[in-house]
Amino acid sequence: MNTHNLLILICILYAMLLFAVAFAADRAARKGRGAWLSSPLIYTLSLSIYCTGWTFYGAVGFAARSGLEFVTIYLGPTLVMVGWWWILRKLVRIGRSQRITSIADMLSSRYGKSNTLAVFVTVFAVIGTTPYIALQLQSVTLSFAVFSGQDPTGMTIKNLQQPALWVAAGLVLFTILFGTRNLDANERHHGVVMAIAVEAVVKLLALLAVGVFVVWGLGGGLNGTLQTIDASELAEWRVPGGRWVGLTMLAAAAFLCLPRMFQVLVVENQNEGHLRTAAWAFPTYVMLMSLFVVPIAAIGLKLLPAGSNPDLFVLTLPLHGGQDALAIVSFIGGFSSATSMVIVAAIALSTMVSNHIVMPIWLRLTGGSLMKSGDVRGVALLARRFSIGAIVMLGYTYFHFSSGGAALAAIGLVSFAGVAQFLPALIGGLFWRGATRLGALAGLGVGFVLWLYCLFLPSFGAGVIVPVSVMADGPWGISWLRPYALFGTQGMDPLIHAVMWSIMLNTAAFLAVSIVTFPRPVERLQGAQFVNVFEHSSRAGHWTGGLAQSEDLLIMTQRILGPEEAQALFSGEARRQGLSGYLPEPSTEFIERLERELSGSVGAATAHAMVSQIVGRATVSVEDLLAVADETAQIMEYSSRLEAKSAELARTARQLREANDKLTQLSEQKDAFLGQVSHELRTPMTSIRAFSEILRDGDDLSRTDQQRYSSIIHGESLRLTRLLDDLLDLSVLESGRASLNAQEGVLGDVLDRAVAATGGSGPEFRIERDPAAERIVLHTDIDRLAQVFINLISNARKYCDAPEPALHIDVRDEAGALRVDFIDNGSGISVPDQAVVFEKFVRIGQTRSGGAGLGLAICREIMNRLGGDVSYLPGQRGAAFRVTLPHNLRIAAQ
Amino acid sequence: MTPPGRQAPGGGPSRRGVFLERRTYRRRRMADAAGLLPLIGAVLLMIPLLWQGGGVTKTSHVMFYVFGIWALLAVLSALVSGILDHDRHADADADTDTRAQDKNDAPPPPGTMG
Repeated sequence: MNTHNLLILICILYAMLLFAVAFAADRAARKGRGAWLSSPLIYTLSLSIYCTGWTFYGAVGFAARSGLEFVTIYLGPTLVMVGWWWILRKLVRIGRSQRITSIADMLSSRYGKSNTLAVFVTVFAVIGTTPYIALQLQSVTLSFAVFSGQDPTGMTIKNLQQPALWVAAGLVLFTILFGTRNLDANERHHGVVMAIAVEAVVKLLALLAVGVFVVWGLGGGLNGTLQTIDASELAEWRVPGGRWVGLTMLAAAAFLCLPRMFQVLVVENQNEGHLRTAAWAFPTYVMLMSLFVVPIAAIGLKLLPAGSNPDLFVLTLPLHGGQDALAIVSFIGGFSSATSMVIVAAIALSTMVSNHIVMPIWLRLTGGSLMKSGDVRGVALLARRFSIGAIVMLGYTYFHFSSGGAALAAIGLVSFAGVAQFLPALIGGLFWRGATRLGALAGLGVGFVLWLYCLFLPSFGAGVIVPVSVMADGPWGISWLRPYALFGTQGMDPLIHAVMWSIMLNTAAFLAVSIVTFPRPVERLQGAQFVNVFEHSSRAGHWTGGLAQSEDLLIMTQRILGPEEAQALFSGEARRQGLSGYLPEPSTEFIERLERELSGSVGAATAHAMVSQIVGRATVSVEDLLAVADETAQIMEYSSRLEAKSAELARTARQLREANDKLTQLSEQKDAFLGQVSHELRTPMTSIRAFSEILRDGDDLSRTDQQRYSSIIHGESLRLTRLLDDLLDLSVLESGRASLNAQEGVLGDVLDRAVAATGGSGPEFRIERDPAAERIVLHTDIDRLAQVFINLISNARKYCDAPEPALHIDVRDEAGALRVDFIDNGSGISVPDQAVVFEKFVRIGQTRSGGAGLGLAICREIMNRLGGDVSYLPGQRGAAFRVTLPHNLRIAAQ
Repeated sequence: MTPPGRQAPGGGPSRRGVFLERRTYRRRRMADAAGLLPLIGAVLLMIPLLWQGGGVTKTSHVMFYVFGIWALLAVLSALVSGILDHDRHADADADTDTRAQDKNDAPPPPGTMG
C-alpha cells in the first residue's frame, strides 16, 4: 500500500472515530447520563478551536519568517481569557439571559432587535470566514502533498483537490448530522462539542510529540536546541513594536468576535462557572501549543534543505528524521485542527444565515400563512442544513480557484482584521448605554469598507482586483488614498496600517453617530439591560395591549418548536399559574418568557416579530423605562408598582369572574339536568303506565296488540335502566368504589373493538389509524379503556360537522406516558366550552342526540381510576381529545 | 399601603453600611485582582520591546521571559478564580442576593449595586 492510500485510510478511520464519539456523546446526553459532558474541562477544550490548521502548521512557518512574533496570536486570547472578569463574564451572562444564538444575534438584540444589523453582520462574517475555511482545506491538501512527495508515484497539486473535496463533503455530513439535531441554538450540541474536545487533545498531543522528538531527537537536547536557536537567523530579538502590540490586540479582538469563537465561548456555554476554569486552563493550553514552535522552526531551518516550506516543518522534520509514524500523528493533529474549525464555523454561520436572512425572507414571503405544527421549525432546520453545505462548499470553491496561491497564507490575519470590526459595536454595546443602532451600523460600515479597501482586496495581489496604478498612486492619482498608505501614513506594515485605520475610524464613526442620534425605546431598554445585566433581572421587552389569545400563541409556538415541546411549555406554565389544561393566562411574564424561548430557536429579531404579530405592538411600560431613566426613580417606581399591582388585581378579578361564571354555569346545568333527568324518567314512565293500563283494562286486545304494547313497555324500561346505569356508574366511579378488572391486551385490539362498536370506518366517517404504533401491550382494565375509546369515537361521529368527517387516532409512546390523541376535522369546541366539557350533565351546543351529557364525565372518572387522564387538546384544527396512560400500564412493546 | 421606597428589601445604597462584611470585602478585592490581571499581563508582555534599544538581545532569552510570564499569568489566574469560586460557594454573593429578591419584589431601582 502506498503512503497516499494509507493516509486516506487513516483519515477515514479517524473520521469514523469522530462520528462514533459524537454519536456516543449525543446518546449519553439524551439518556441523561451526560453530566460529565458539561464539565468545565470539556468547555475549555472546545475553546481550542481557536487553534486551527492555520495555527497548527502556520505557527512554525510564522516563527521561521519572523521569530517570536507568532506568540502574539496566542497572547491576545490569553489576555482576554485571564481578564474574563471584565468582558467574558458579562458576555456569557447576557448570552444566557437573552438566549443569544450568534454574534449577529448579540449585536441585533443589543441594538433594539434590529434585523438590518444582523443581516449586515452575517454577510460580513460569511465574507470573512469563507477564505478561512479555504485555508483549512488547503492545509489538509498541503499535508497530503508532503506525503505524496515521498511517494514514488508522485502526485500533482491538481490531483490533490480530490481529497479536499472529500474532506469538505465529510465535514458537511458530520456538521449536519450532529450540529442541527435541535433547533434551539442554546441547547448544547453535545456530540459536536465532545468530538471537538477529542480533537483538541489529539492536536495538542501531536504537536507536543513532534516538539519532543525535534528537541531531544534531532536537536540534541535542551542545550543543543538553544544553541541551534542562537545560531539560527532567528537568534536576534527584533520585533517591530507596532506589530507586537497590534497583533496582540488584533488576536484578542478576533478571539471575542470570530463567529466560531463566539459560538463556543458564549452560545455553547452551559455554566458561567466554567469560565473560572477556562481562565487558567485555556492560557495553559495555548502556551503548550506554542512551546515548541520556535525550536521546531530553528531546527527545521538548520536541517532541511533551503527553500523547503517552513509551514510544513511539523510534517517534514519527522519525515526527515525517518519517523514516519510520528509524521502521521502530526498529520492527524493538523487534520484535527482543520476539521474542528470548519465544523464549528459552519454551525455558527449557518445559524446566522438561517435566523437572520432565510427566516425573515421566508416569513415575509409566506406572510406566516402556512399554519401547521412545526412548519417553521422544519424550514429553519432545512435552511440551517443547506447553509452548512453552502458555506463549506463556498470555502471549497474559494480554495479551488485560489489553489496554491500565496494569497491564502496571509488570509488568516486578514480574516482576523475583518471580524475585529465587530469589536467597537460589541464592547460599546456592553459598557455604554449611549450606543445606538445607527452608530453601530455606521461604525461597522466604515470599518468594513476600509477593511475591504486596505486589506482584503489588495491581499489578492496588486493588479488582481485592485489595479496596480491604484496601489502605487491611489485612485485618480490621489496619493492620500493609496490602499497601503492612507492619509499619507507611509512605510507602515500593511496589516497594522489597515487594522489601525479601520478600527480607529470604525470606533470614531460609531461614537460620533451614537452621540448625535436618538435611540428608539426598545434600543434604550435593551441597552440598559445589556449594560446593567448584573443588576437587573433579565427582562426583555414589555408586552401590553390587551390579552393575547393563548391559543393563537400556542399555535405559533407549535410551528416553531414542534407540538411536543410547545405543549410541554404551555402546560408547564399553566401549572405554574395554578391552572389546569394547556392554556395558561397570557400574562406579561409568560409572553416575555415565550419570546426568549423562541429567540433561542429563530433569533431575537424574528421571535420578536412573530410574537408581536399576535400580541400586537410591544410597548415599553413605565416599569421598563425606569431602568432606562435613573432620574425621579422613586416616584416612578412607586407608581409603576401600583400599576403592576393593579394589573395583577385586574387579572385576579378576571380569574375570579371566570370561576364565578363557571360555577353559575354549572349550577344552571345541574338544574337543567335535574329537569332533564325528571323528563327522561317521566317520558318512559308515562308510556309504561299508559300501556300497562291498556293491557290491564283492555280485554278484547288481539295477540299482536298485546305483544306490541308489552314490547314498548320493555323498550322503555330498558331506556330507564340505561340511564340509571349511567348515573350509578358515575356515582360508583366518583366514590372510588369501582373495582378494576386488570387484564392484558394489545392497544390496537382495544381500538379495533371500539371502532367496531361505534359502527366501523367507512366513507361516511373515516377513521385514520397507524397500526404499527398501536402494537403496545397494556396491563389495565381493558373493558373500561374500551368504554372510554368508544365514547370518544362515538362523540366524534355524532358531533363532527365537517362535510367529510374524519377522525385521526394518533398513538405516541413517550418517555413518561403513552398518549392516544383523537383528532377530528370538525370545527372543534369553543374556548369557553372547553372548560366545562368534562363536567357532568354538560351537553355542548344544541342537543342533537339523546345523551344525558354523562359520557365524558364518566370517561374522565375512568381514566382517573386507571391512573391516566383524558383532556381536551387545544390548538388542533378540530376537536381533539388526548388520553394519557401512565407508563407502568404497559408491559413491553412488541 | 405604604409606598415601597428605599425601605423596601433589596433597597438602595442608604440601607447598605459604609463598611462591608469581611468576606464580601475580600471578594470585592479579588474581583479587582481579576480585573487587574490582563493589564499586568499586557504591561509585562510589552517589556521585551524595550530591550531592543542597545545591543543584541537573544530570541531564546525573550522566549524564556515570555513563557515565564505566560505561566505566571495562568497560575495567578487559577489562584484568583479559585478564590472567587470558593467565596461564591461560601456565601451567597451580592449579585444573587439582589436577584433573588427581584423575583419576590418588583425590580429594584437601577444603580442599587454599590
